[in-house]
Amino acid sequence: MSSFLDYLTLGIVLGSMYAIFAIGYTLVYGVLQLINFAHSEVFMTGGFVGMIVLTEFAPSRPHGFPSVLWMVIGCLSGMVGGAAIAWCLERVAYRPLRKAHAPRLVFLLSAVGASFFLYNLCGKLFGRTPIQVPSLYTNSVLFHWPGTSVEVRVNQVVVVGAAVVMMIALDRVVNRTKLGSGIRAVAQDAETAGLMGVDIDRVVSRTFVIGGLLGGAAGFLYGYAVSGQVVFTMGFVPGIKAFAAAVLGGIGNVRGAMLGGLLLGVIESFTVPLLGSEWIDVAAFVILVLVLMFRPTGLLGERLGRSA
Amino acid sequence: MSESEPPLLELDRLEVSYGAIRALRGISVAVRRGEVVALLGANGAGKTTTLRTVSGLLKPRSGGVLFRGERIDGVPAHHVVALGIAHAPEGRRVFPVMSVLENLRMGAYRFRGGARREDLDRVFGLFPRLAERRTQLAGTLSGGEQQMLAIGRALMARPELLLLDEPSMGLAPMVVRQIFEIVREINQQGTTVLLVEQNAAQALRLATRGYVLETGAVVMEETAEVLLRDDRVRAAYLGEGAA
Repeated sequence: MSSFLDYLTLGIVLGSMYAIFAIGYTLVYGVLQLINFAHSEVFMTGGFVGMIVLTEFAPSRPHGFPSVLWMVIGCLSGMVGGAAIAWCLERVAYRPLRKAHAPRLVFLLSAVGASFFLYNLCGKLFGRTPIQVPSLYTNSVLFHWPGTSVEVRVNQVVVVGAAVVMMIALDRVVNRTKLGSGIRAVAQDAETAGLMGVDIDRVVSRTFVIGGLLGGAAGFLYGYAVSGQVVFTMGFVPGIKAFAAAVLGGIGNVRGAMLGGLLLGVIESFTVPLLGSEWIDVAAFVILVLVLMFRPTGLLGERLGRSA
Repeated sequence: MSESEPPLLELDRLEVSYGAIRALRGISVAVRRGEVVALLGANGAGKTTTLRTVSGLLKPRSGGVLFRGERIDGVPAHHVVALGIAHAPEGRRVFPVMSVLENLRMGAYRFRGGARREDLDRVFGLFPRLAERRTQLAGTLSGGEQQMLAIGRALMARPELLLLDEPSMGLAPMVVRQIFEIVREINQQGTTVLLVEQNAAQALRLATRGYVLETGAVVMEETAEVLLRDDRVRAAYLGEGAA
């Protein structure tokens, strides 16, 4: 029982990170029917910007309130960095192609090219070995699951808490704001959205920025609280996983991405005791294939409107 | 109406191409304030292309679109609606996974403050069916209801000019009559209407004037009464005589 809860905890932590990462894939797919494969570099950017801010500016051993404050600053700067890169990606790698009505495959190549460029640039600038992210507090045990000895640590609570806050905020933006209705309208019928007065370019740009904010946060949380380090290739595997999570939940569907992320995290986590840690990636993708065989549109279906 | 006032909408020798295909070959059309003008013609005559050019979805290759006497060709669609032209497109194009109410709110997207109470009340007054189904997803409505929603959504933008593309498409005759009755009411409340129809009989009963398009050119321009009695129109578009 206690080891079950242990793995469940780990799975939820990993899964909530995947969830906020996956939202970026799903939002962009919703408005452009395009898989933004460079989103993994948005994640990496979030990790690096957070690391740089904490290394350069944070006091070496903050205590109490400053610890929390610097955690928030690190996360926010990761978000801003992620959003900035996502905004640039849309401008440089995708918008010119949209204006030229380029075929789908060209977008994909542009995405992969942008991704290679960004992570190699990062490797060139910061070196190709992992860099430690300075820690802001002791990652001590915060509480035990009631009635057991299963520990829950500060970092785990931080990751899940931050992810929950962001998912609630995003859900509100998509469902309750004018930008949100613009995003949903463009996702359902871009041309008609234009007839209603929606500036499609602006909505697309802001959709990338929103995805970038969440992707950057995911990168920071991963670098700070999950791996404790950042490296130029850090986005690749989690990026594929987050993409898989988005497909699992139903690509284009925001709540689907959240569900898919959480499920994938939990599945991965339970693979370790059941099959061994070398099976993690296999298990994740086998589940993905199985789900898609029986529900080709993912668990909640493809549709930004519904989801969202 | 004074003679000196420019038409509300004027298409001046408009040419539009899709690649090498010339869809409109220099058509000139005028719509005066308060009119219902019908564009008639067979499939592929260029009726829908005309409306799409007016609303900014297509850019003309030459010629001009003038609204209230000012050139608007080349203005992007999302700005055209703010000038006072709303387009209920072919095939209705409601947002399928938004509710009826959300669809209507989308119609008012151009307003900073969102949809106005009185505009919603007006649309629900014209289309009581939409009021009954306000929380239902638009994709689950019947064809007639979707058409009502598409028109209602266009009205939410408070247009001076309403572009209606094939409102009768795929609908039962009774529903078509009902919708045309409401379009008449909308016109009487002060909205000018440019109507594209294959159902020429219905369209001409409502219209003040009509244009007949064939392969991208205007071949006739007459008042509705004249067109209704014209032998060629009766044969080709009203399914009578030597068709």
